[in-house]
Amino acid sequence: MKLFINGEEMIVPDNVTNVEKLLDYFNLNNKAGIVERNQVIVDRSLHAEESVTNEDRIEIVHFVGGG
Amino acid sequence: MKERYSRQILFSPIGEKGQQKLSEKHVLLIGAGALGTSNAEMLARAGVGKITVVDRDYVEWSNLQRQQLFTERDAVERIPKAVAAAHRLREINSEINISGEIMDVSVQEIEELVEGVDIMIDATDNFETRMLLNDASQKYKVPWVYGACTGSYGLSYTIVPGQTPCFSCLLGAVPMGGETCDTVGIISPAVQIVAAYQAAEALKLLVEDYKSLRRNLFYFDIWQNQQSTIKVEKLKKDDCPSCGQASTYPNLDPVNLSRTAVLCGRDTVQIRPANKKKRNLDELSDRLQAVEGGKVEGNTFLLNLTIEGRRLVAFQDGRVLIHGTKDISEAKTLYNRYIGG
Ligand SMILES: [Zn+2]
Repeated sequence: MKLFINGEEMIVPDNVTNVEKLLDYFNLNNKAGIVERNQVIVDRSLHAEESVTNEDRIEIVHFVGGG
Repeated sequence: MKERYSRQILFSPIGEKGQQKLSEKHVLLIGAGALGTSNAEMLARAGVGKITVVDRDYVEWSNLQRQQLFTERDAVERIPKAVAAAHRLREINSEINISGEIMDVSVQEIEELVEGVDIMIDATDNFETRMLLNDASQKYKVPWVYGACTGSYGLSYTIVPGQTPCFSCLLGAVPMGGETCDTVGIISPAVQIVAAYQAAEALKLLVEDYKSLRRNLFYFDIWQNQQSTIKVEKLKKDDCPSCGQASTYPNLDPVNLSRTAVLCGRDTVQIRPANKKKRNLDELSDRLQAVEGGKVEGNTFLLNLTIEGRRLVAFQDGRVLIHGTKDISEAKTLYNRYIGG
């Protein structure tokens, strides 16, 4: 499946069917962050319900503490 | 005097009026690490009337790669960052008021520091202090600019009380642990990008050009050539304990704050005594000289004891850093054994 993640075209396995699985795929699930799918922010409690489909535009931002 | 700021005055969104405003404003910078020194230098050169830089640590060799106000001499002499930064900033601009405070910012400190301040800039290295900034910002209606970076990644967001979501709204829950500059490293260009975004937002706030504020969350990876923004207004929660209708500012409640902290991946534990009184370093030095197998060194601001393969650093404000361990109970044992109370 083809996704545009943070503006970049990426191919992810077809078993990445929702936002939670996508975050797992990138090892980002235990980080504080915000996910936007097609310009709508996905509620944190709904990551597992929010499906991901071909050509979606996904923005993933995670908060870090360094400075 | 005017010549100095002429190129900035020529920039029409600032102009004469903006320059005058800058000279009347007070910026509080929490942290004098990479982001702190970069922000401080830009704002001092820009002619912000008063800059207060607060930091709890001292300069080390590993700082010099990116913390632009410090020199090798500062690292050799272990000069507290707040002192070294203020010294260099005064060399850069002697016409403004610069204050360097050696302190660990907790509830009492932030409540005192925030008084009379126009904006705060986040240059901290941990989430706990950011939550403190967040609630102080909401309680005293002072905007702050979040900034953070690790590796080649960084992000920034401007929080304006009563207008934008607060940091707590964005974050959900405070993350535990995670990447730090000491575990995944950090490159200077990533720092400079974040600092540039923070300083630009600071200038807009200080010249009161509110309509030019960025209003979205900016993030990038300078190594992977990515950058983007997210509109986050919708994350503002009406029932947020920090910025909502019935805010209680939970992060300003001392019950919610730790006294002992493992510092950002540094193999260091900080112990902050409950009773706040100034530590007499001369007296402590005399006492520690007598300890067998220990080596005592110091300067005006801190005292360094090397013993049992560990290094203890005591500050005048009472704090002690125990280097060489992440184990809080071991740190407490060493603290009680050599420093006491
Ligand atoms: Zn909030």
